[in-house]
Amino acid sequence: MKKFVTGILTFAASCIVAVTMSSASEFPIKKPKHVDWSFAGPFGTYDKVQLQRGLKIFKEVCSACHSMKLVAFRSLEDLGYSEEQVKAFAAEYEVTDGPNSDGEMFDRAAKPSDRFPSPFPNVEAAAAANNGAPPPDFSLIAKARGVERGFPTFVFDIFTQYAEGGPDYIYSLLTGYGEEPHGHGEIPEGTYYNPYFVASQSLAMAAPLSDELVTYDDGSPETVDQYARDITAFLMWAAEPHMEDRKKTGFRVIVFLLIFSALLYVVKKRVWSGVAH
Amino acid sequence: MSGGHSSYTPTTGIEKWLDARLPLPRLMYDSFVAYPVPRNLNYAYTFGGILAIMLVAQIMTGIVLAMHYAATTQLAFDSVEHIMRDVNSGWLLRYLHSNGASFFFIAVYVHIFRGLYYGSYKAPREMLWILGVIIYLLMMATGFMGYVLPWGQMSFWGATVITGFFTAFPIIGEPIQQLLLGGFAVDNPTLNRFYSLHYLLPFMIAGVVILHVWALHVTGQTNPTGIEVKSKTDTLAFTPYATVKDSFAMMLFLLVFAYFVFYIPNYLGHPDNYTQANPLVTPAHIVPEWYYLPFYAILRAITFNIGPIDSKLGGVIAMFGSILVLFVVPWLDTSKVRSAVYRPWFKLFFWIFVVDCIILGWLGSKPAEGTYVAMAQVATLYYFAFFVVVMPLLGLIETPRRMPNSITESVLEKAGDGGGAQPDAAAAAPETRG
Repeated sequence: MKKFVTGILTFAASCIVAVTMSSASEFPIKKPKHVDWSFAGPFGTYDKVQLQRGLKIFKEVCSACHSMKLVAFRSLEDLGYSEEQVKAFAAEYEVTDGPNSDGEMFDRAAKPSDRFPSPFPNVEAAAAANNGAPPPDFSLIAKARGVERGFPTFVFDIFTQYAEGGPDYIYSLLTGYGEEPHGHGEIPEGTYYNPYFVASQSLAMAAPLSDELVTYDDGSPETVDQYARDITAFLMWAAEPHMEDRKKTGFRVIVFLLIFSALLYVVKKRVWSGVAH
Repeated sequence: MSGGHSSYTPTTGIEKWLDARLPLPRLMYDSFVAYPVPRNLNYAYTFGGILAIMLVAQIMTGIVLAMHYAATTQLAFDSVEHIMRDVNSGWLLRYLHSNGASFFFIAVYVHIFRGLYYGSYKAPREMLWILGVIIYLLMMATGFMGYVLPWGQMSFWGATVITGFFTAFPIIGEPIQQLLLGGFAVDNPTLNRFYSLHYLLPFMIAGVVILHVWALHVTGQTNPTGIEVKSKTDTLAFTPYATVKDSFAMMLFLLVFAYFVFYIPNYLGHPDNYTQANPLVTPAHIVPEWYYLPFYAILRAITFNIGPIDSKLGGVIAMFGSILVLFVVPWLDTSKVRSAVYRPWFKLFFWIFVVDCIILGWLGSKPAEGTYVAMAQVATLYYFAFFVVVMPLLGLIETPRRMPNSITESVLEKAGDGGGAQPDAAAAAPETRG
């Protein structure tokens, strides 16, 4: 009987594998590359210096088109900046406030309690300025993107704690430009070929990064690869600012539960000893 | 509650005073201390207790989340992010609640499969089983409405697709859909009523759970042998035996739960739900949460018309039928033997059914095209055949294995030649042990 059940299970599993391999979806053309992130794994932490570099890229490159409207300046203290530094950083931005006592809206320098102002007043304006494709908001993009992992990888992901599908995708996309398109027909005008793009073979954003585009003052290499890593780490922080706290708390909770379970097991053994069951 | 007689004797003055006026301690004592449970229960029987704490945990985290959430299409998405970013430990509450829903369903599926395997639905436990199916239906409604609240892309499009099912019914379909939505499309009125109902339904679940436990305490629990309790030696007192075993199982369950909450909190979710709902952009694949996927696969497996019933209505009927069939399971199964342990053929068909449900779940996450449709049709056919063909027929033709005369006998058989087993002494004075 057991053999029969195992046989059925094996058969079912092999059917699934066969079907998965025969009908892999068309896009993305290439699976995302795997990057060794500092924030991966049970003890993962953000590299503050890297996040600071990422912020610089966001400010100098991305924020020309992309908003990040859920992130407040005050949370930049997580990146290792002092309160004064955050105040000064925020003051470089201008936000609309009001109405004042005359009923007028007015512009003022941003305060730490403000959120990053958006480059466009609304989605329609963003779309109009970008060939009809509004640039997505960056507050949650590292959690809002991901390529389906497929069977059986998604099962292994539970045990390897793989939760970096979003960052891997963003890094791959940013470093995936410049390849020669092949197959898949014409590239529509105004779009750029990228085999890592999840929805199609090309996207409306041109390669945003190039070597030596942003000046680093900590001696890190000024390459597209390094830029892509830094901005991706920054976006992961923006999407999940309490990740370090979560993993630290998790460790304590798991240790507590393990000890408590062990104690309960001993008590259970003792209570049930001498009782056949 | 447990069979009419009570072994509770109030000792202190305050207990005596209360017992004469509102015998709540007596009820608690009879239900959770002296209540006799079969001595041979295995860990599959611990999921009832696990479900109880999951319900309490969901209600508690949910009530605090509701203090920070704004149920309007303009603010819902941002208010959830406000919880994640700015509310003290808000990220913890939110991840506990969203993953808690998944783990609630994991526990309920183990609980249901355990009931099917050990024949827990058979007389005299039909009411117990039916109340369980009602709880499951309420859970599905609650989970679905809860998933709409964060107002992400999958929230919106999931709600659009699922409420769209009702339009398949002639005449009454569209009025029902409009009543659910509060309009002609998913919008602010939908979000508002879903929020209200999402707050209400868990308390209805709690109410039905009380009836479920009441029915359980009238008939007593089943056990792996399926043989009814015959003598005192067949049972042990709920406390300490079941309490300590249930607690241990709960901790193991919470360990897995904590692993997901703290290390892979978005594993069971969909990335698209971190994008705010946009009625103008349809996601590439609209998939419901994982715990509805088998039913979603059944819905889409019906791609052909059956007489006057078109494929859309057929799919909806099959989907609702796949859950409603559970209500009549006690009368579909014709076997006199309760537990699959003594039913070799039923055991085989049961495990195929489990695999079938997993395959249906996987197919539900795939687009309905090509080989997937054919596979879903075969899997759907088996799903229904298990209930309406295998269950009635097998009971008539199957030769069950030899059964022990009592729970005690089966326990002693397993323990070999009585190694340390002194059932009479153990059961006669359970309070003195441990």
